[in-house]
Amino acid sequence: MKKILLAGVALGVMTTCAFAADKVVKVGVLTDGSGPYADVGGVGSQLAAQLAIDESGLAAKGWKVELVYADHLNKVDVGTSIAREWFDQGKADVIVDTLNSGVALAVGQIVKDKNKVFLNSGAASSDLTGKACTPNQIHWTYDTYALANGTGKAMTKAGGDTWYFITADYAFGKALERDTTAVVAANGGKVVGNVYAPLNNADFSSQLLQAQSSKAKVIGLANAGGDSANAIKQAAEFGITQGGQKLAALLIFLSDVNALGLPVAQGLEFTVTYYWDLNDDTRAFADRFSQKSKAHAKPTMVQAGVYSSVLHYLKAVDALGSPTDGAAVVAKMKATPTDDQAFGKGSIREDGRKIHPAYLLQVKTPAESKYPWDYAKVIATIPADEAFRPLSQSECPLVKK
Amino acid sequence: MTHALAAKGPTASRPKPAEFIAFAVLAALLAVAPFALYPFFLATALCFALFASAFNLLVGYAGLLSFGHALFFGGAAYIAAHVAKVWGWPPELTLLAATAFVGLLGLVAGALSIRRQGIYFSMITLALAQMGYFVALQVPFTHGEDGIQGVPRGKLFGLIPLGDDRVMYYFVLVVFLCGLLAIYRIVHSPFGSVLKAIRENEPRAISLGYSVDSYKLAAFGLSAALAGLAGGTKALVTQSATLTDMHWSMSGEVILMVLLGGMGTMTGPVIGAIFVVAIPEVLNRIGGPDFAQWMTVIQGAIFVICVLAFRRGLIGEIAARLRRTL
Amino acid sequence: MIPLLGISTQALFGQLLLGLINGAFYAMLSLGLAVIFGMLNIVNFAHGALYMVGAFAAWFLLTYFHIGYWPALILAPLGVALFGMVIERTMLKRLAGLDHIYGLLLTFGLALIIQGVFQNQFGASGQPYPLPEQLKGGTNLGFMYLPTYRAWAVVFSLCVCLFTWFMIEKTRLGSVLRAATENPELTRAFGINVPRLITLTYGFGVGLAALAGVLAAPIYQVRPLMGADFIIVVFAVVVIGGMGSILGAIGAGFMLGIVEGLTKVFYPQAANIVVFVIMVAVLLVKPTGLFGKKL
Repeated sequence: MKKILLAGVALGVMTTCAFAADKVVKVGVLTDGSGPYADVGGVGSQLAAQLAIDESGLAAKGWKVELVYADHLNKVDVGTSIAREWFDQGKADVIVDTLNSGVALAVGQIVKDKNKVFLNSGAASSDLTGKACTPNQIHWTYDTYALANGTGKAMTKAGGDTWYFITADYAFGKALERDTTAVVAANGGKVVGNVYAPLNNADFSSQLLQAQSSKAKVIGLANAGGDSANAIKQAAEFGITQGGQKLAALLIFLSDVNALGLPVAQGLEFTVTYYWDLNDDTRAFADRFSQKSKAHAKPTMVQAGVYSSVLHYLKAVDALGSPTDGAAVVAKMKATPTDDQAFGKGSIREDGRKIHPAYLLQVKTPAESKYPWDYAKVIATIPADEAFRPLSQSECPLVKK
Repeated sequence: MTHALAAKGPTASRPKPAEFIAFAVLAALLAVAPFALYPFFLATALCFALFASAFNLLVGYAGLLSFGHALFFGGAAYIAAHVAKVWGWPPELTLLAATAFVGLLGLVAGALSIRRQGIYFSMITLALAQMGYFVALQVPFTHGEDGIQGVPRGKLFGLIPLGDDRVMYYFVLVVFLCGLLAIYRIVHSPFGSVLKAIRENEPRAISLGYSVDSYKLAAFGLSAALAGLAGGTKALVTQSATLTDMHWSMSGEVILMVLLGGMGTMTGPVIGAIFVVAIPEVLNRIGGPDFAQWMTVIQGAIFVICVLAFRRGLIGEIAARLRRTL
Repeated sequence: MIPLLGISTQALFGQLLLGLINGAFYAMLSLGLAVIFGMLNIVNFAHGALYMVGAFAAWFLLTYFHIGYWPALILAPLGVALFGMVIERTMLKRLAGLDHIYGLLLTFGLALIIQGVFQNQFGASGQPYPLPEQLKGGTNLGFMYLPTYRAWAVVFSLCVCLFTWFMIEKTRLGSVLRAATENPELTRAFGINVPRLITLTYGFGVGLAALAGVLAAPIYQVRPLMGADFIIVVFAVVVIGGMGSILGAIGAGFMLGIVEGLTKVFYPQAANIVVFVIMVAVLLVKPTGLFGKKL
């Protein structure tokens, strides 16, 4: 027994040495693979990471890039267990995606303790670049602040100066409402009221009725996933948008619009940082993605973020020659400007915030939609320097003031 | 009187050597396990194993199927996480606080629910757990769906730092074995015999002059407190407490663990818990994305197969073959 | 307009009406559960999943066979009922005579399997199902805008509920059914095929769930998890009404819809929880439920 054990250890040591000589980097995709957000990230995130690996050109430079995938089931203990195991057993140098803020915050701590890299694309909490920021993590795609800011500012400026919120009754919903309220007020608008809905609420008719009678010009939906879908569907039923009120979903993904269908979702306004039909580059990436996707789906912004972040990460690793020191890789990533087809040129701030423009989209009517996945038009662009929370307001301890 | 009753039940009150051997084998296996398996995973699994054993105390020996035990498991995790993180209490006091709080909560919940029987009892426990979930969502200290994160493991008795996963594992193992021993003692005490008598034939126990309700209440309180010990320990292991542990599906999961291992056996819930916790780990490892998607389907299939084919559970079946209690 | 507790009576009327409409869904689902419990002594945890299957069946018929809403209202429940009868024959039947717990656990497992399979096949965010052409639009009632479809849903489900109640309480078939519940041995002695009756009852119960699913498809997003949290609430409704009581299930369904509607006005966060508070209160005061017979 002892001999076998020793032999095993020796073999382990040898293989690690061999790997180091071969220049190996391992990417771990940790996401919601079977829960309510599986269409936003899930298998598509793995596909996006694979695309980034294939296109990074690292294989030609003598690198061996490995990809592992796991489903965290939206449970913190499962997520942290996987993360620890990946790191302790040398299965991953970097964790990407990680939808679900609770899991993301926990994984962020582990990544910091183990000095690895965490590139979050899927979680919404702006705490990841605030109180919970670490020198080992980058928050790539979006956060609650950016969504609130994008939708709130652009819609208020366009004349939607009275708002009514339907808010999911938990921390995330309240944060979205609070951030949007601040933006609306700063742009000369007014919030006339709000109503809470419990999480996983099926029927929104009561809340919609109150929103309707408030006569507010914009009804803001501070919720996500199935809650947003039901609220939007029932808003169509109650003739909210036909009545002249605008509907703003504060957190919704392309996959949700696809699931709702244009007849129901038409007229809905929402903010993204990536939409597949923006320009030739975004289309080119989306085409490559959808060709390999099982349902020929176009990527969501989360999946695009996974692609973009992995690509940039691999560049930094190649430049450094080794992925072992996570903080050094992140420092290198922050020092290098980003450039890829999905997000164009951008940068990463000292608090770990990836900076790029955001877009306020409006869902097209069925008549306006000309080809598959032609779902939305851009009605406002929020430039990169205005899209995210300014550093001066950051609670991140890494930011020197 | 107690003896006369106990002898009628399926398990006699005197400890059987087989049960003792099974226990010793389990302890020995768990002591060497971290050399072969991943200690963090094992530590989490042991927390669930203790949770399942605590649950089994109620369903397996007292015959009360609670559908709300997530309240105690998740509730204790929140208390422990808050006490350790915000108040900076050491781990031993943290666990004590969580266990005591949840034990009291269990007495209150038990006092309400044991007044009804069968499916109505289950429904009241479910309702109480749903209310607990609502409270956890509303009160500020739980931080909503983000949960309490970055809970320090601290130093045991101010001496042994628990930061290392392996050290933590052995601490959890000690907690787990103490918990299991406590359950063993309870089950094999005169008190345990009366519980089994109530499970087998309640009217008869009443006619024999036992105050059935106080026995049930005590069992409920003990089960809740031990579930709380498990939840508190889990909060220290994973360094977090979140809403998932309070959700009703967690109450369902613990039933799955006990059912799979074997209701009313000593080692069954432990094996069942380890099995259930290992499913996602194994699927994630061997299958990648296409396999992991089938997680819920596989869990469901286990339920169905267990109910249809092995109602006694894994250990229960083995014990039945060997004609011993394990 | 007289304001009442800070809410105008107008708004209150609107909320009451919406509550009634939601109550219609609760009533239909809890009715199915009550019928199954009364006859099979099984707490059917798969009810929520089968409600979801009903909604998906309607979507499936529309997408692949271009069969619209009206035929789906009949075809989908029939299909699901057939599926339910297969489940009863192959699995539930073997649990006869065992504790309630096993039926509950088995159907819980079935629910997990069904939801998991649908999630893998159709994605988590679900599929759209349009409003039927004839029921688009709505009427302005003065105090609120009432979509035509909601009005249809409440009227239709009320009819279904009353029809079921009439069938069970007032017809010969119903009396045989009730007799078989009370005393299966004796009923068999009268030359009635009790096992077949049980299978048909289960099919009917889950058919009702599927019917509610079709009815819900144009209102709610058709998602694999649409029934997962719903079912817990419906359980509470059945318990409040009294397990196995037909009239109780219907009455409690509508009543809870209204109570929930009122909660949404005064303390909306608690709308999900109010039903459980009522359940505990009812069980502690009147253990057999509001309309239940003696145990």
